[in-house]
Amino acid sequence: MNYFLFALRNLKRKGIRSWLTLIGIFIGIAAVVSLMSLGDGLKIAVTSQFGIESTEIISVQAGGSSFSAPGSDVVKPLTKSDVRAINELSSVEFAVGRTIETIKLEYNDVVQITSAVSIDEEYEKELYSIMDIDAEFGRLLKPGDSKKVLLGNNFYNADTNGFDKTLTAGKEILVNGESFNVVGILNKKGSFIYDASVMIFDKDLEELAGYGENVDIISIKVHNKDFISKAKEDIEKLLRERRNVDVGSEDFVVSTPESTLSQVNQVLDAIQIFVIIIASISILIGAVGIINTMTTSVLERRREIGIMKSIGARNSQIFLQFFIESGFLGIIGGAVGIIFGTLIGYFGTLTINNFFGATTLPRINFSLIFFSLLGSFVIGSAAGIFPAMKAARQNPIHALREES
Amino acid sequence: MKKEGVIIQLKNVERHYHIGENIVRAVDRINITVNRGDFVAVMGPSGSGKSTAMYLIGSLDIPTHGHIFLDGYDISVLGESDLAQIRGRNIGFIFQQFNLIPTLTVKENITLPMSLQGISKEVMEERAKKILEKLELTDRAEHYPNQISGGQQQRVAIARALANDPEVILADEPTGNLDSKTGERVMDVLKKLNKEGKTIVMVTHDHDLAYQYADIVYWLKDGKIEKVSKRK
Repeated sequence: MNYFLFALRNLKRKGIRSWLTLIGIFIGIAAVVSLMSLGDGLKIAVTSQFGIESTEIISVQAGGSSFSAPGSDVVKPLTKSDVRAINELSSVEFAVGRTIETIKLEYNDVVQITSAVSIDEEYEKELYSIMDIDAEFGRLLKPGDSKKVLLGNNFYNADTNGFDKTLTAGKEILVNGESFNVVGILNKKGSFIYDASVMIFDKDLEELAGYGENVDIISIKVHNKDFISKAKEDIEKLLRERRNVDVGSEDFVVSTPESTLSQVNQVLDAIQIFVIIIASISILIGAVGIINTMTTSVLERRREIGIMKSIGARNSQIFLQFFIESGFLGIIGGAVGIIFGTLIGYFGTLTINNFFGATTLPRINFSLIFFSLLGSFVIGSAAGIFPAMKAARQNPIHALREES
Repeated sequence: MKKEGVIIQLKNVERHYHIGENIVRAVDRINITVNRGDFVAVMGPSGSGKSTAMYLIGSLDIPTHGHIFLDGYDISVLGESDLAQIRGRNIGFIFQQFNLIPTLTVKENITLPMSLQGISKEVMEERAKKILEKLELTDRAEHYPNQISGGQQQRVAIARALANDPEVILADEPTGNLDSKTGERVMDVLKKLNKEGKTIVMVTHDHDLAYQYADIVYWLKDGKIEKVSKRK
């Protein structure tokens, strides 16, 4: 017998009540689906923002945790002599100190506050290769340059750079009131770290900001990335000695790409767990709603059950009819949830892209859709088990004798 | 045309209901024998137990005591699944309230008993076509029950009862919800089916109807058979 036809007809007949029942399942599935598709995008976006693609770079920052503000003067800063010492380590190919300073850019009579990062003249080629950058207009900074600045791609376009005027190689710009020549504009990278960056040779930036021997971050390239944790240990040991601290009470953080990634993932996982808990509660409420609707339905359709039995329906067939109908309730709620969740994921990813300047492609995860549909059918039919059993056990005589 | 032999036999059948502290004997030691091809009417005022008797014959209910034989098989000892099969294949029910499934079309209502028996789609289509023609419902096949008249609904119910070509048709006040003219038409259909060999057991409180159509009339009162009248 065609249970599916039956189920669909009955759901159609029930109309708005069915739809209200489905809100719980709908919200739950929408939350799960949007979270999953957003979560993927979010991970990719965040990962690319931190430049974690390059797996052989270790970075060192002063402070008790990697999340403390760079250059914050509460902590004992790292110095150029630390950089030199790290460079002496056998596992290290090279180490570069970098400083990030808040600066004032002025162009076309518009002032912008932003940060500039120092480029070590001695290691400029290596830095470019770590960052994987190249100039779209003009050129990169090269040794001997003075009072020159290299800008990220966001500064180029007059519509988006905030200066209302195209800024390109050869133009003069004021940095903290001093005239600098724009030597080049970088290629678009899709990550705000690069696209909004202002790069100035260390000696020029030191002159502007006066940070002396201090550095904010030391970026280290290792000889062999298979021994990256060995290199990390070497660096930690060296810095403990130089800064005179014990194991466990380090006032600096050495982070490898893996450790940074795992921190990012921890945060994302926490968000996911939270959403999954909310989704589970919604689905539970949805399941209770379905149980309620189906129980009411069994009472309302006692007569129909009696008729079905009088024309030869077995208890198992009555059970299946209600069971499948209940599963359909779940699957419809799930389908609507999937549509909404996918839309949220899609537009959410686009929003993340806009926000971070990332270029993550919104993805439609078909296996996620399939398992969500299957899951909502299972939830629906599981919720229908007891009502369906109740339906199957109806005494046909009682059901038929009731006046319609 | 009529085949010979006993098709339904009720032997000392009792059906008790518990209502609070009291036991109500809805059917109290009745004996009924129906031969193949008979048109039997069960008469009685409301509460006389006539509907209970019909549900017992139709295997929708199980006797408290006694035995019911259908085609030689004791159905009072069968399990739920076997009883469902008997209701599906050997018996066709017709009710006062028509009892069609409102969400299904006329044709789907007629094919429903067949699909419950797992009959193939092609056979169902073919049979439904014949039955629809026979009951002059072909042009109503795609209508829903609420789109057709009471008389037509009852003819659909008869069509549904014929779906699996059962030997026995049980009709519970088949004209109770119809005006006399449409009622007559429905009765003519039942009479015609009887002439073609179907055994018909009809429950009614309508004296004239019983005597006009039935060969044998059982009078029930307080769950007991009061008298049996046979057509001369």
